[in-house]
Order: sequence, then structure tokens, then C-alpha cells
Amino acid sequence: MSGQQKTDRRLWWLLGMAGLVSVAWLGATIGLVGSTLDDESRATVWRLLGEQSVLLLLTWGAGMGAIAWALKRWFDHWVTPSVQLAEEAQVVLKTDVVRNLPLKGNVETQALAGLFNQLVAQREELRSEMDAKVNLAAEGIEQEKSRLAALMSELTQSVVVCNLDGRVLLYNNRARMQFRALSQAPGVAGGAELIGLGRSIYGVFDQRLVAHALDSIRQRLLRGAAQPSAQFVTTTPSGQLLRVQMAPVRAATTQASDADRELTGFVLMLDNITREFEAESAKDQVLLSLTEGSRAALANMQAAIDMLDFPDLEPAMRERFLGVVRDEIRSLSQRITALESGSADSVKSRWPLEDMLGSDLVNAAIKRIEVTARVPASAVDVDSSLWLKVESFSLLQALSYLTARLSEEFSVKFVQLRLGLAQGSAGKAQLDLIWSGQVMSTETVMSWEMDVIKVGAETTRITVRDVIERHGGAFWFERERTRHQAFFRFLLPLANPQEQAEATAALQPTDSRPEYYDFDLFKTTELTHALDDRLLSELTYTVFDTETTGLNPSQGDEIIQIGAARIVNNKLLKQECFEQLVDPRRSIPAATIPIHGISPDMVQGQPTIDQVLPAFHAFAQDTVLVAHNAAFDMRFLQLKEQQTGMVFDHPVLDTLLLSAVLHPSQDSHRLEALSERFNVPIVGRHTAMGDAMVTAEVFVKLIPLLAEKGILTLGQAREAAQKTYYARLKY
Amino acid sequence: MTTHKLLIADDEPNILISLEFLMKREGYEVVLARDGQEALDAIERDKPDLVLLDVMMPVKTGFDVCHEVRNSETMRDTLILMLTAKGRDTDIAKGMALGANAYMTKPFSTKELVQKVQAMLGNQP
Repeated sequence: MSGQQKTDRRLWWLLGMAGLVSVAWLGATIGLVGSTLDDESRATVWRLLGEQSVLLLLTWGAGMGAIAWALKRWFDHWVTPSVQLAEEAQVVLKTDVVRNLPLKGNVETQALAGLFNQLVAQREELRSEMDAKVNLAAEGIEQEKSRLAALMSELTQSVVVCNLDGRVLLYNNRARMQFRALSQAPGVAGGAELIGLGRSIYGVFDQRLVAHALDSIRQRLLRGAAQPSAQFVTTTPSGQLLRVQMAPVRAATTQASDADRELTGFVLMLDNITREFEAESAKDQVLLSLTEGSRAALANMQAAIDMLDFPDLEPAMRERFLGVVRDEIRSLSQRITALESGSADSVKSRWPLEDMLGSDLVNAAIKRIEVTARVPASAVDVDSSLWLKVESFSLLQALSYLTARLSEEFSVKFVQLRLGLAQGSAGKAQLDLIWSGQVMSTETVMSWEMDVIKVGAETTRITVRDVIERHGGAFWFERERTRHQAFFRFLLPLANPQEQAEATAALQPTDSRPEYYDFDLFKTTELTHALDDRLLSELTYTVFDTETTGLNPSQGDEIIQIGAARIVNNKLLKQECFEQLVDPRRSIPAATIPIHGISPDMVQGQPTIDQVLPAFHAFAQDTVLVAHNAAFDMRFLQLKEQQTGMVFDHPVLDTLLLSAVLHPSQDSHRLEALSERFNVPIVGRHTAMGDAMVTAEVFVKLIPLLAEKGILTLGQAREAAQKTYYARLKY
Repeated sequence: MTTHKLLIADDEPNILISLEFLMKREGYEVVLARDGQEALDAIERDKPDLVLLDVMMPVKTGFDVCHEVRNSETMRDTLILMLTAKGRDTDIAKGMALGANAYMTKPFSTKELVQKVQAMLGNQP
């Protein structure tokens, strides 16, 4: 160790000083001795010294050697260890390195090293304690978050959380469905243009309305209200009636008193009360028609009957008054008949009937029957495509109760459940509880229907008939003689037909479209400049792709499908997507159908580009557009500007060009090549949505790679892409 | 002594036939109107002493007729008995506020109606 070690420079200085001092000391001694001698003796001494100069030098050298050795020993013991300790302590202090410093040198330095070691140990202990606390807190937050997410997704109420600027921070699935219903273009974007993380809620609500509600919450907070919330009812552009409840989100500081906590945002709970309101209005109408309408009719009859009492009434007159009575009775009967059929629906709507997949109901019923009635049950001929509108709990109770009675009174050993479309009753499904064995009488069925439902220890206050009435349904008993079976049949309302997810056909990969250069992606607008200094990792993106009838937008080729996804905070939000087929109002060349898989019958009845582009424009609002070979897609959008009035002047990034920026020596920047390079699996190539998703995933991976090259902002990315663009143009 | 003249305004023939018969039998001279405008015209032309006025009528409602009668120089003193199927407090209040002298809701007893009419006209047919 000491062999390689560089000797302290101060040691050489001291040695030099010692040399100089000893020479000076010798010179001074010789001079002093010389001054006491006469000339002859001095000469003699000089001669003698001259003759012995070698010896003199040797003793001096030996003396110096001894001094050097002593100094070195002294340094090694007293100086060098503390210098080394300082250096090593420096490493421990400035880095994360944890190690015990060696105990070396003199006792004092060793003590110091020991103290350092103790300090390091103490530091590590504190650090690990802190880490544990942070982890615990993070775990807690994660748990809170998942609880909140679970809570929100389970709620049957729509919940949207916004910051004070009205930007959506959080929303639940119910809200998405709600907004789908609110969308003015339900067939086009399905509400995706209205809600999304980072979107403004003012696209749906009047900003003044929200501001007013916030004000009233603030005032209530100032007055010290414990649970300040505000409510308003508003109509949306699509004419729906919404009841909105607003609750404040306040800063989470522990010190400030409740009243001082600042508002940081708000939670909106939305109820679409359009139907409720219509039902209420209808009910009012029924009531009015019953009271006022009947009053008049009764008055007419009463007056006529009073006249009939007069003895002096002529026969012709008497006949006229009788006519009045008959006439009014007939009109009253008709009115009541009309009311009955009209109010059936509103009676139904008072019960919270929920959409439920029929096969789910059957499965739930089987489980419940087996557990509570202790009778084996199975499903037979269940139409799994049926959606019912049911109050499942009471319905399951009824099924279980009937099974229990079958088992107790008729020793039925097992039952089956069957579900299908009702024959001869539109909008209804038939759910059958089937058993084989003894025949029962209609009276028995009637009494079972009217008895209070009881299963095991569970008693309810409702009857099977109540359950049927809740559903506006029907219930009867039938025998199937040929099969020696009998069944109870429930007629239950069907839910509105569910949107069937369009299965996208698997496509054969074919060659990509050619790269397009005929459109200037780099034109600058105010909008594009405004975002130039923003970091790429912070922006919100709409990554999109179009499928078209061909490759020549200016020669009549048209868009037949648009797919888009959103990237917020570097994350691809797969649930916030836009997918729409478009009726091109022209033929789709047969040769292209195998590529995109869209046949003419698929676009028939779909909205036209005039309807789709406004919705897509709204979806892409306030974001940066990203596409692979963007010039191609942008060209199609550009050509529709005049026709639709929709100007797509968003900033645009092209993954093809960005890939070329990063990997200029690669041969291919086709989407397939990129997906392979970045290990992004391709699902549904050549569907607009599939390609948009792949592009988006590639784009997310490009961002950090661009950052490594110093391309951090949108402006820098556009500049780099522009250079590549012109470089590629030359070939 | 002159016979009192009554106007019966109602759009339902089934009530008109009874009321006409009843009032004639009581010795009143009876004029009929089948909507609000007809009623106003008849009041102007025939100067009835009392009007049995239905509220729900086409063209003009009983409330409109009542209002116009009270605001007219020539007709303002006409007695008005409103007959209506609108039985809510708010409707009665509105009728009285618009200047009806009396208010009866349907269905009513013809005996009470006759008594009411007699009382309003000072017991003289």
C-alpha cells in the first residue's frame, strides 16, 4: 500500500527545509570556527576539510537520510492516515456508498474513523426508517386509490372530479355511459368527444352555472357549513335534463382549520333525470285527466239525471237525457281504459329495474336455489344474448321460494331454468322454472302466487304477484304433457338492445401505404407555436389513423374509418378512444376490401364524414395530433375543411419521421418495422383503431429516446422531424 | 216584472242540454254559447243578467271572458257564476280574482245551482 502511495508533498518540503537548515547550520559553524583562527590555521583547516569533504558529505547525507526516514515515519503515523480518512469519508458523505472506514494510523485518527463509522451507521438507520415510512405511506395511498376506484366504478351514479379550471381529473364508467347518452352525435363518437381525462367539463355545462355553484359552496364554507354542496338542474345541448350535485374538493392540509382549507376542485355527481321528469309529467297528466276530465263528465251525468227526475218531462226529452248519461259513461270508460294502458309503464318505472344479462340471472338463480332451497338446479336452453330489465333480488327470491315449495309439497328433486324470447309478447322474455313429476292444480298455483315469499328462515313482505307487478310482467303455470314436465313461466321485460361490439375481422398483413410528402406538416399556426416550449412528456396527444377507399385523396378517395386514442401524462388511455366507420358515399374498391376489411354493407347507414369530422375535431381539441405517416391522414382531413368547416390546425407529429430522426440508418420506418423494433404487439393491423393503438404505443416509447438525443420539447421534435423530412425528400 | 235572461256558456252539449232545460223550467229566458268568443258576443248583444260560465272552452277560456267582461264599460255589471271542473284552490282563487261573482265546481247538484242562481238574481226569475 505504502509502495504505491504517493508521498505527501509537504514531506518533501520539510526535507528540503531540513537540508537547507543543516547546510546553513554547518556553514555558520564553519564560519564561526574560521573567524577564531589565524590565516595559516584557517588554510590548514580548509585543506583538511577539503581532503575530508567526501566524509563530510557522507555524514551530512547520512544525517539527511536519518531525518528523511524520521519524517516519513512521522508523516505515516500522524499525517497520512488523517488525509486518507478525509478522502474516504468524503466518498461516504457524497455518495450512497456504505462501508466501514479502516482504523489506521495514530490512536486519535483511529478514534475519528470509529466516530465516522458510527455516524454512517446512524445515517443508514435513519435512511431505512424513512424509506419504510415512505413505502408505508405509498402503500396506504395506493390502497386508498384502489378503494376509491372500486367505489367509483361500482356507483350507479355518474361521478366526475374536476380541478378549478374545470379539467376532468377522474371519472367513473357510469359517467362515460352518461356522456354517451348526452352526446349530440351518439352514432359518431359515442360521447368520447365530451369526456376524458384533461378535458374541460365546460364542453358539457355552461361555465357560468358551474361558477355559480362554486360560489355558493364557497359562501357556505365561509359560514362554516360542515357538508357544503350545491345542486343544479341543467339541460344539455342534446336536450337531456341533468341534475348535478357538486361537492368541493379541498386542499389536504392538516394544520389549517376546516374553514380555511382552500378549494382545489370539485366533484360532480350527475343524474340524467330526463326520463324521470317525463314520467312525472306523464303522471301529472294522468292525474289531471282523471280529476278534471271526470269532473266534467260527472257533472254532465248528474245534471241529466236530475232532469230525469222531473215528472213533467216529455218522452223525447227524457230520451235525450238518457242519451247524455249513456254517452258520458261510455267516454268515462274509454278514458279509464286509456289511462290503464298508458300508466302501466310509469308504474314500472317506479321500481329500480336494472339491465342484466339473462344468462347471469339464470346462473345467479341456480346458485340461490341450491343454497336456500337446497334443490339441485341447472340451466337448459338459455338464450345468452338476452338482456333483461329486472329487479334481480326479489326475482331470485321468488324463484327460490317456488322451488322450495315444489320440493316440500310435491317432493320435486331437481329443477331446470330456461330462458328465451317470449312468444307472442313483444319486448318480453320468458323465464321458465321447470320440473317433472306430479301435476298441481290451478288453485295451488294461485295460492302460491299470493302467499308471502318465505325461504328457509327468510321471510319477506312481498308475494310472487308483487314481484311480477314490479316488472309489469306475467306469471302462469303450464304443462308439457309430451315431456311429462311442468313449468312456471315468468314474462319479464327485455332491456334495450345492447350495442354489440363489432368484431373486427383478422386481416392479412399487406404492404403499407406509400409515404406521403405532398403536404406540409410543418406549417406553423398560433396553436402550434403556443405549445412549442412544452415538454413532450407533458403534452396530451390524440393518436389517430384513417382507413380509406384508396391512396389518392385529391382524386376522390374517401375516409371510411377513423380510429384514435389519447395519450395523457405519457400513458396510453385505452378506454378513451374514438372509433367510427364512415359512409364514404361512393363505392369501396373491391381490391382494397381485403386490406382494411371494410365491406360496403358495413358502412351503409353509418354517419357521413360531415357528421364524423366535427365529433373527431372535438375529440382532438387541445391536443397534439400524432399519426404514422401523418401527411397521408392529414391530407384527407385537409381536403374536407371547406365541406365540413372543421380546420385541423393542431400541431402534428409523425412517428415515421420521428423514427427516422432516432434511427437514420434503419432501412424501414414502416409501422410493422417500428412495432418490431419497439416490441409492440400488433392487434388488428389495418383497422383504424388497431393502427392508432400501435402508433400510440410506439410513440410513448419514442419520447424518452428523443429526450436522450436532447429533443425534449414539441418545438424541438418538430424541428428535428422537419430536417429529416427534407433529408428524405432528396431521395 | 221582466224575466231574467241567462247566458249558458259551455262547450259540452251534454251539459248544455240539461242546463238549458233546467233554467227554462225555472222560468228564465236562456241564451246559449259554445265557446268563449260566442259568450262574449252574446253578452254584448243580449245583455244577459247572469252568465253560467264554464272555464275550459275553446277560443277563449272562461277566465278570459270574465276578465274582458269586468274590463268593459258596457258589460261590467253582468253577474257571472263560474262552473268548472277545475277544482283546485288556486283555480277558485283565480276565478274570484278575475271577477266572478260565484264559483261552483263540477259535478254540482242542479238544486244547489238553481238556488244559487235565484239568490244571485234576488229570488226573481
